[in-house]
Amino acid sequence: MQKEFLFAGFGGQGVMFAGQLLAYAAMEEGLEVTWIPSYGPEMRGGTAHCFVVISDKPIGSPVTRHPKVAVAFNLPSFTKYEPVVAAGGLLAVNASLVEPITSRTDITQLRVPATQIADEVGDLRLANVVMLGAVLTAYQALPLDALRRALEKHTPEHRRNLLNLNYQALARGAELAAGMVQSA
Amino acid sequence: MTRELLKGNVAIAEAAVRAGLDAYFGYPITPQTELLEYLSQRMTDLGRVFLQAESEVAAINMVYGAAATGARVMTSSSSPGFSLMQEGMSYIAGSELPCVIVDVMRGGPGLGNIHPSQGDYFQVTRSAGHGDFHPIVLAPATVQEAVDFVTLAFDLADQYRHMVLIAADGQVGQMMEPAELPPMRDRNRPEPDYALTGAAGRERRVVHSLHMQADEEEAFNLKLQKKLKQIKKTEQRSIEYFTEDAELLVIGYGTAGRIAYTAVEAARERGIKVGLLRPQTLWPFPVQRISELADRASGCLVVEMNAGQMLEDVRLAIGGQIPVKFYGRMGGVVPMPDEILTAIEENYSRLQILV
Repeated sequence: MQKEFLFAGFGGQGVMFAGQLLAYAAMEEGLEVTWIPSYGPEMRGGTAHCFVVISDKPIGSPVTRHPKVAVAFNLPSFTKYEPVVAAGGLLAVNASLVEPITSRTDITQLRVPATQIADEVGDLRLANVVMLGAVLTAYQALPLDALRRALEKHTPEHRRNLLNLNYQALARGAELAAGMVQSA
Repeated sequence: MTRELLKGNVAIAEAAVRAGLDAYFGYPITPQTELLEYLSQRMTDLGRVFLQAESEVAAINMVYGAAATGARVMTSSSSPGFSLMQEGMSYIAGSELPCVIVDVMRGGPGLGNIHPSQGDYFQVTRSAGHGDFHPIVLAPATVQEAVDFVTLAFDLADQYRHMVLIAADGQVGQMMEPAELPPMRDRNRPEPDYALTGAAGRERRVVHSLHMQADEEEAFNLKLQKKLKQIKKTEQRSIEYFTEDAELLVIGYGTAGRIAYTAVEAARERGIKVGLLRPQTLWPFPVQRISELADRASGCLVVEMNAGQMLEDVRLAIGGQIPVKFYGRMGGVVPMPDEILTAIEENYSRLQILV
């Protein structure tokens, strides 16, 4: 069982942290995991991405041409990665910022108004956690609880005041995706 | 066992601290900078020496000086910065001083880019500086291996009074993976017999790489070569997957090696008799094991993130016994597993025709 995730968006949208949180959660579950970032000038404002591979066996390549899950936080990421999602895979999109809808019929599209929900929860910076909640509900790679534990353990000291909001954001994303999966 | 999710650069830094690093000298360069950044805090907290030099040239000469006092020292850089260190590395080799040098390789030549590469293979194994010497070169493919190789590097450096390079690439440096760190070592150890600590009350010691008389320089070279010969004999390291019945032997190190592993696994699922040997020491090159496997295989495919540099060592090891083919990407491009799988399939079907 190997599962690959690509997270992409603007620098500042928490794309790297979303991937790291997933990696921590996978490690919590005793799985093998790799996290690899783009580390160029895009870190300072362009489109950044990171790759997460989760497996129950030692991981060879930490990158793949066709990831099972792609999470696009902005339009350039949607344009770039919509074509590469593996057939049968999941494309999760931040619907607050991405208008186009995929024409591909061989993948599942999950449209989450993540920025809007984050705003409702109380902090725009939580869009990444909203997305994670939705993605892990639609594509059950790990229990949501592992992600909660990862948040608890790895939220840096100066952000711990946001921990409860993070849990709320995670729950809102999960709720939304559960509704979508049911109605699909 | 406590596993931590660690970035390669940070893991190397902390492993060095735990291996008993006394002093670090370096200069920032992507994709290696987190190593230096981490040590700037950690070494200072521990009351050990951290110094950001004014250039790589200064850093390597500080390593030279500190190593001469018997301290356990390290520096790190990435390709263009590593090039700047070559003069100092030759002096260190000529003075037979132990130290650890990390090269987190990036795309080149020239300023190149900051993406992962293995373009420095010739440089680290053959031309780390002028004169007749090879450093010991370790090539990690995972964060855990990077951690383990740091401890090994310091031990080999002390054992042979020789420099040990860790040749990683941008991917190993930037990737996060769970890894287990070793316990903190006691830094107290007997003073090495070459250490310059002030000669009061004892005979004067000299550390230098200058022998004005040709016969003296030759005598030193003979001694150095004897040591290198011993290292060649005892320190070849490699790891193997699916090689028992492999007709096609894939050889790749570091990041190219672990990506090749995914391709080899996929090829096995398709019934292709292929195996992987991943060299862990680039110098000494695992000649002995490759030569043994070549006796049983009918063909070999070398995979690298360069134009074919280790390829030459593989051909020397195999000596024309079986055909040796190559697949590589350059300039900071990391090959995808499917490309390597295609190369395996093409070469395997060619072998079937030969058989």
